[in-house]
Amino acid sequence: MSEEILKDRLESVGIEMNPKKRSGSFLLLDQEVKNVAKFMEGLEILPIKRALEKYDWLEDYMWKAVKVKDEYTKEVEEDFNGYFIRALPNAKVEIPVEACLYLSRVKKQKVHNIVIAEEGSEINIISGCTSHPKAMGMHIGVSEFYVKKNAKLTFTMIHSWSEDIEVRPRSGVIVEENGAFISNYVLLAPAKLVQMYPTAYLKRNATAVFSSIVVAFKNATIDMGNRAILMEKGSSAEIISRTISKGGRVIARGHIVAESPEVKGHLECRGLILNEGEILAIPELEAKCPNVDLSHEAAIGKIAEEEIFYLMSRGMTQDEATATIIRGFMEIDIKGIPPALKREIDKAIELAEKELL
Amino acid sequence: MDMLRLVNLGVEVDGRKILENVNLYVQKGQTFVLFGPNGSGKSSLLMTIVGNPKYKVFDGRIIFKGEDITELPTDERVKRGMGIAFQNPPKIGGVKLIDVLKHCAKLGKTEDKIEEYAKLLGMEDFLHRELNVGFSGGEVKRSELLQLMLLNPDFVMLDEPDSGVDLENIAIIGKAIRMLLERDKPMDERSKAGIIITHTGHILNYVDADYGVILYKGRVVCMGNPFDLLKDISEFGYEGCVKRCLRRF
Ligand SMILES: Nc1ncnc2c1ncn2[C@@H]1O[C@H](COP(=O)(O)OP(=O)(O)OP(=O)(O)O)[C@@H](O)[C@H]1O
Ligand SMILES: [Mg+2]
Repeated sequence: MSEEILKDRLESVGIEMNPKKRSGSFLLLDQEVKNVAKFMEGLEILPIKRALEKYDWLEDYMWKAVKVKDEYTKEVEEDFNGYFIRALPNAKVEIPVEACLYLSRVKKQKVHNIVIAEEGSEINIISGCTSHPKAMGMHIGVSEFYVKKNAKLTFTMIHSWSEDIEVRPRSGVIVEENGAFISNYVLLAPAKLVQMYPTAYLKRNATAVFSSIVVAFKNATIDMGNRAILMEKGSSAEIISRTISKGGRVIARGHIVAESPEVKGHLECRGLILNEGEILAIPELEAKCPNVDLSHEAAIGKIAEEEIFYLMSRGMTQDEATATIIRGFMEIDIKGIPPALKREIDKAIELAEKELL
Repeated sequence: MDMLRLVNLGVEVDGRKILENVNLYVQKGQTFVLFGPNGSGKSSLLMTIVGNPKYKVFDGRIIFKGEDITELPTDERVKRGMGIAFQNPPKIGGVKLIDVLKHCAKLGKTEDKIEEYAKLLGMEDFLHRELNVGFSGGEVKRSELLQLMLLNPDFVMLDEPDSGVDLENIAIIGKAIRMLLERDKPMDERSKAGIIITHTGHILNYVDADYGVILYKGRVVCMGNPFDLLKDISEFGYEGCVKRCLRRF
């Protein structure tokens, strides 16, 4: 396999293999760990199998945030590889850790990852998932995130698959007291099918923010959403998505469940259909007790002619105006995201812009 | 010298005629004021001149600097030197004012003026705000004017720049418009021209326009000294004023 292609594909999902810009690095090629490196104290990165050998207690974390539920998770239970990333108590890992899952030859890439942000720690992870341009197959990724008391985990996932790949991530997050989980998901390249519905379980005063920017190209089905279970007082969640259909089919889901009083949740799904395509937005709010504050807004539209005309009156061509508006649509003000990760997201948006016109 | 010539212009929106038989001739150095009741077609006329595709020319021509631009797209017209400040610009989420200003400045060759003009119009704190999102009425006017100043067009169209603007800001806007139209230069040294739409005429206290025009039910019905016209309108109302004009013709 050509190294060039690999490097190219990795870069498209923010994976640079550059010790100066990353605090750690992990690469899984098909079912094989190709690279594990860390350049910082307070951080631990291991192949999941090694970690399970090293730490007895890790068994307790397996299948706790994600319960074995469907045919896909079952397959992962039988055979898997993946990463274990952990920020030690009170460690501040600001420079992002990068983790890449690359699908090339196998029919099914089966992954199980565990991320732990120990008490009082902060960690930023950029996870790039991609495949060889000619690869065909399925990626099943189980990811379990544990954010301990007063810890903060920012997880930015950029997907860039090829047209024949089916992707079924299965993610769960448990956020303990005062913890924060910030998730950013970016999918701006073709894929055959992406189906996922990560769920966050939030304890007292814990927060979760999910932001997603998704484009469905022709022949793609993207069925994705986020769910937050507000289990204890003071917990809050925000789920924001921007979905664009460029000929493909999008199901944009969102579900916030209030299981305790004095919790707060907001859902925001906005969709844009360019020329043709299909978007189905399903925002759900569920309150199981009084004194909760849940809200949602959903809107699906097209680019307004008046907006294009307005920008053209400032000298932009029609294409420039359209690109500017699409870019504006994808601009989500993500609070608390480090500049390095924001740059990766912006880069992915830039790459996609040409495809969208 | 010719700046803009409208010849028998007829315009429709969604199959409905909103302007008919409009003739107007604006020369370099001149500033026109456009009066008319609500819904008479003033904004539509400017939209048509700048080429909003919603406004379909079914009759007549638009000649700009000697060239027939009736069929040109908006950006081409703007590149040839026209610019407009809108009455009700759209809000565009996620797009920052500064991004649009940079575009204007590139075209107007005013890249070094962004800060200066933003300051002049009291818009320094708005540069990183989303375009028109949550802007107050007066802020929209100043933002429009800022974009126009950076675009630095030869032919300036201003749609109600003084509506809903407080006294202090009128002075600021008045100064900016005078600059835009080079009103402080003698007529024969000016390279610019423009049309200003106003209801109150407040802007006339800062810009001594050359001609006034009344648009009534989609037609040009009166033309004359803008200050006299404004007086007539306030004295006789539009209908009375129009009757007097028609008698005079
Ligand atoms: N985009 C549009 N779609 C539908 N109708 C329009 C559109 N633009 C203008 N019109 C109609 O054309 C007529 C003239 O409108 P226009 O906005 O030009 O009036 P105006 O003279 O600028 O009024 P005002 O003083 O209230 O700003 C009105 O009846 C208006 O409803
Ligand atoms: Mg108007």
